Amino acid sequence: MNKIQSPFWVIVRKEVADHVRSWRFIILIAIIALTCMGSLYTALTNIGAAIKPNDPDGSFLFLKLFTASDGTLPSFVIFISFLGPLLGIGLGFDAINSEQNKGTLSRVLSQPIHRDYLINAKFVGALIVIGVMLLTLALLVMGFGLIAIGIPPTAEEFSRIICFIGVSIVYVAFWLNLSIFFSIKFKQAATSALACIAVWLFFSVFYNMIVNLVGKAISPSAMASTYQIISYQKFMLNLLRFAPSMLFNEATTTLLMPSVRSLGPLTMEQVHGAIPSPLPLGQSLMVVWPQLTGLIAATVICFALSYASFMRKEIRSR
Amino acid sequence: MHEPIIELHDLTKQYGKFSAVDRINLTVRKGEIFGILGPNGAGKSTTILMMLGLTDPTSGDVKVCGIDSTRNPIQVREKVGYLPEDVGFYDDMTGIENLLYTARLNRIDEKKAQAKARELLERVGLPLDTKKKAGKYSRGMRQRLGLADVLIKNPEVIILDEPTSGIDPAGVQEFMDLIRQLRDENGLTVLFSSHHLDQVQQICDRVGLFGGGKLLAEVNIEELQSEEHGLENMYNRYFGGGKSHE
Repeated sequence: MNKIQSPFWVIVRKEVADHVRSWRFIILIAIIALTCMGSLYTALTNIGAAIKPNDPDGSFLFLKLFTASDGTLPSFVIFISFLGPLLGIGLGFDAINSEQNKGTLSRVLSQPIHRDYLINAKFVGALIVIGVMLLTLALLVMGFGLIAIGIPPTAEEFSRIICFIGVSIVYVAFWLNLSIFFSIKFKQAATSALACIAVWLFFSVFYNMIVNLVGKAISPSAMASTYQIISYQKFMLNLLRFAPSMLFNEATTTLLMPSVRSLGPLTMEQVHGAIPSPLPLGQSLMVVWPQLTGLIAATVICFALSYASFMRKEIRSR
Repeated sequence: MHEPIIELHDLTKQYGKFSAVDRINLTVRKGEIFGILGPNGAGKSTTILMMLGLTDPTSGDVKVCGIDSTRNPIQVREKVGYLPEDVGFYDDMTGIENLLYTARLNRIDEKKAQAKARELLERVGLPLDTKKKAGKYSRGMRQRLGLADVLIKNPEVIILDEPTSGIDPAGVQEFMDLIRQLRDENGLTVLFSSHHLDQVQQICDRVGLFGGGKLLAEVNIEELQSEEHGLENMYNRYFGGGKSHE
């Protein structure tokens, strides 16, 4: 006799099934799988050139699979940072408003379940789908790479890749939550999809331009002291870090390139005497800890916003 | 037969300064079919939402089966089936799959749910083993499936919000007969909201007349039948004009 499932997992199960069966998901997974295979191909053809003598990352050949590129096609990491938001938005933009428009929302919520079950289950369901998909892709890339280059990854490389997948899932979860929030706020699925894409475009295209403009306006004169120039650099970098994609890029490059020691400007004084050797995983994680915290915080804020507005929403039929 | 099952006490819901529901006192007794009659915007749906704990009242209390709907909405929703106006189903699932999903949300054992779902489909007159997805259902079929969906959790009370809108006259008649049968056989309490005077007159034991967020009058079955104090006169007195026709 199987035991009776909690309603929460019943909804999660239905959400996962809906996602996996939907055309939308099949299209998204096809786009992402194709681009990943493309980037894997360029990485494999260039992996010989990517390793230079005396490269501190040279011992991490396997990680090059994810970062190497000859400039014709972006690397795996760049693809994820570009397409990840699309995946998150695609799975979340009609989470609540489509149920409302179909008239199923009031029917489901009049069942003996807590109201937050529905929104939590929508989030968990989509997150499971995203997590499984990203993990599968990364493992596939590793598998193909293993066949092609014939060198197995070390434990350190493997754990770095797993960390990278973890960060990617958090990054996609941020966009997922944002789109769920818009799906609560806007009645039409098209409006919420547009709003999400607008935010995504803003951060991936316009935000850099705006930061550059600000940068030009406040740039220190040529006569400025080193201290002023450094603080200006730091300020600009922090401005850029408001974009989630920036945080994601910083976090993943550090994780996948063990030789990256700092994400801010370093003076000659600080570098002087440092041996150009890769950092251990623990130290790399320390370097990106603020980025990780920032990403998780942004995700949690979006979720809290959608949670609060959903709990207060009045549920009318259609 | 006479114990109260739905009790509203000074129930009020305000949106800003506008009172959608204004100090309503009402008692529905076990086993009766109570009609809520009123024009659009009379506060019928808002009152129903408060009974289910889907929206919180500004003041006053609601008790269904002796449970406070505002404080313990989950327990209330275990006992109350609600058929919203123009109910929707998951379009890519078949009728029976939709019913089973509701059953799972109510923690009903899978085997029992299967049997019950089939029985109910038969009862509401929907074809049993069809591959037809709920998205292809006509409005009338959706409404019947909605009734089956409400009944699958074995409710004590069913609340039907404008269940007959959009169904053809013959379908309406069948639907009404079904509701009466359910009351007679299972002892259900039925709350039936509508703006069709004749439907309410035909099926209900007692009727509450809603208008402008207020309960204007309560009429019982004897009065319903007598001509001069009848519901029709009452309706005309409050809302003017002839019978309400769509």
